[in-house]
Amino acid sequence: MNKENKSFFAKLKEGLIKTKKNLTDQIEGVIFQHKKINDNFLDELEEILITSDMGVETTMDIIEYIKEETKKRKLEDTLEIKEIIKEYLINALKENERPDVTDKQRVILIVGVNGVGKTTSIGKIAYRLKQSGNKVIVAAADTFRAAAVDQLKEWCYRAGVDIIASEQGSDPGAVVFDAIQAAKARKADILICDTAGRLHNKKNLMKELSKIFKILDREFSEAHIDVYLVIDATTGQNGIVQAKMFKEACNINGLILTKLDGTAKGGIAFPIVNELKIPIKYVGVGEGIDDLQDFDAQDFVNAIFE
Amino acid sequence: MFENLSDKLQNALKKLRGKGKLTEKDIDLAMKEIKMSLLEADVNYKVVKDFIKTVKERSLGTEVMESLTPGQQVVKIVHEELTEIMGQGESRLKFNSNGITYFMMCGLQGAGKTTACGKLAKKLKKEGRRPLLAACDVYRPAAIKQLMVVGESVGVPVFQMGDKISPVKIAKEAMNHAMKQGNDVVIIDTAGRLHIDDDLMDELVEIKETLKPHEILLLLDAMTGQDAVKVAETFNSYLDITGVILTKVDGDARGGAALSIRRVVDKPIKFLSVGEKMDQLETFHPDRMASRILGMGDVLSIIEKAQDAFDEKQALELQKKLKTQDFNLDDFLSQLQQMKNMGPLDEILEMVPGLGGKKKLKGLKIDEKELVYTEAIIQSMTKKERMNPSIINGSRRKRIAAGSGTSVQRVNSLLKQYEEMKKMMKKFQAMGQGKKKGGFGGMGGFKMPF
Repeated sequence: MNKENKSFFAKLKEGLIKTKKNLTDQIEGVIFQHKKINDNFLDELEEILITSDMGVETTMDIIEYIKEETKKRKLEDTLEIKEIIKEYLINALKENERPDVTDKQRVILIVGVNGVGKTTSIGKIAYRLKQSGNKVIVAAADTFRAAAVDQLKEWCYRAGVDIIASEQGSDPGAVVFDAIQAAKARKADILICDTAGRLHNKKNLMKELSKIFKILDREFSEAHIDVYLVIDATTGQNGIVQAKMFKEACNINGLILTKLDGTAKGGIAFPIVNELKIPIKYVGVGEGIDDLQDFDAQDFVNAIFE
Repeated sequence: MFENLSDKLQNALKKLRGKGKLTEKDIDLAMKEIKMSLLEADVNYKVVKDFIKTVKERSLGTEVMESLTPGQQVVKIVHEELTEIMGQGESRLKFNSNGITYFMMCGLQGAGKTTACGKLAKKLKKEGRRPLLAACDVYRPAAIKQLMVVGESVGVPVFQMGDKISPVKIAKEAMNHAMKQGNDVVIIDTAGRLHIDDDLMDELVEIKETLKPHEILLLLDAMTGQDAVKVAETFNSYLDITGVILTKVDGDARGGAALSIRRVVDKPIKFLSVGEKMDQLETFHPDRMASRILGMGDVLSIIEKAQDAFDEKQALELQKKLKTQDFNLDDFLSQLQQMKNMGPLDEILEMVPGLGGKKKLKGLKIDEKELVYTEAIIQSMTKKERMNPSIINGSRRKRIAAGSGTSVQRVNSLLKQYEEMKKMMKKFQAMGQGKKKGGFGGMGGFKMPF
């Protein structure tokens, strides 16, 4: 593990540890209370997993997995359960991991419901990609929310990257179009597009998003397009519906999990990854510009359980 | 919100409804389904457990078992307990009877504080007060700018001192400013913060001590999961909040947070923030919400919305027409246009008893944009056709389609919608007559202009 990774791991752990009653404490609680694996133990475990927002379905899958594995490995002692859960979660996350495309120009379209931290995440991603030697351009296509462009401008200034912006109320498609031309002309490595937060059940807004995606697809066909959905770690079961609807509208292929520095554990990420078969790409653990890092399944699950 | 939860609960209860006799097993089965649907709706685990326990105990009591319609009794119990969980009655804002009133808004990042500040300001202004918004979010880039834009759009002044001054100081200055300018309510927008960030939470406590706000409102995203309760508990323990505003309620989250908050922190939900427009802030009525969840309809809310949006005279006229069954396409069009004033139509339809959640209104699904076509189509008809739609035959349909620049299919579907609506109105009429002695004066007094 290199230095950068370590500090991130520490930060992530710090974020996840702040909760006194975190997942692992609770799990250890029932483990010590029960000693033997039986139905009561599994019931209580189920309760803990559900309170981490993993959802009924994923929880049942985990419980099934535990039952199978304990039978297979002839386990009786509850102490071994923690490793089994970790194993299950890491596998589930790893299965869907994919490396970034680096051999051509790249677009990252950032989408999500209101208030999940899209603009902030873009600032941090831009900074990160710039630090690793890329030429980055940001498109301010959230032309709806009051002062969203100003907020993004501030982040771009901090990250030291160019921004293509128009005024509030203008057509987001047009901003994206302009940004594509700029990305081509200035030979940018990566174009990151901000979009307005929208609730996934608003048909017209989702249509607008499909249109933005189509513009990228058509006008920038030489580039590889990534669409990342930003999910707030405090989100409950609605996150699954969000992910499905956004996938339908603009074919998301990655997740950004934000606000992991609170007490929420981001359990909702597991059913989403499971359901949509897409990887988590970044996790956000604070408000500083370097508080967003590449996702690593092992680190993430370890941080939950450490 | 709640739509899916309500579907699931209704399904679980439907199985009980028809039964003449209930066994403990029937109830256990239903309770298990209810438990799962509540959990999937993000209702706090502990709250679910208590809820199920109470409902089950009461359902097994003699009052249910000896009743002729035990299933109905269980539904009644679930309704009562849901209402109980969410708290009784609406909770009004407290104002300072002598001097300036202070409202402080707080919450996690991205909960929707700034937007809600604007909505609340607009509401207060509409009530004849002179609100002032104070920009105390000095951390998030462009937060002050956002509040200023929001303030301008609702025509309420914003007090700000830039982002280099401490929020406590800004709050203090805002007091002086309000006094000088003659504002009677000050709404303090604070920065989003994590409930476990001690420093920032202490800052809120300091603002609280400076202003002694009459309301401390926690903004909570309706999509929040199991963590909602922890957030509310922590904010409450620091600030002793006076209420909650639930935001992003126009999403399709099942709203479990709403069900948990009252029970866990014993603070009322005061408002629902339901959209991006500045007038979309609704008072929260727990009992009505419980009815909506159980698919029992929320007639009171429609009435209020209708009263807000409709022209009384027109409504009376329409009522007359309804009675004589003389409802033509002209009326249909004017109804559609007025309904639009009430807000998103599917939202309204959801509140209608017997219609909510059932999705049998497909023929009546009205896209706001469709109204433009509808208008064009109806205006392309002759007066005679509008008065008596039954004469619109194939060739007339073709002409109307060409005249309105639409298609025959569209004309067809419009006529079908019209028929559906006519049917629905008959239903309302019938309900009105049946409920004349009811609490809201029957549907006759309910100036529903469909």
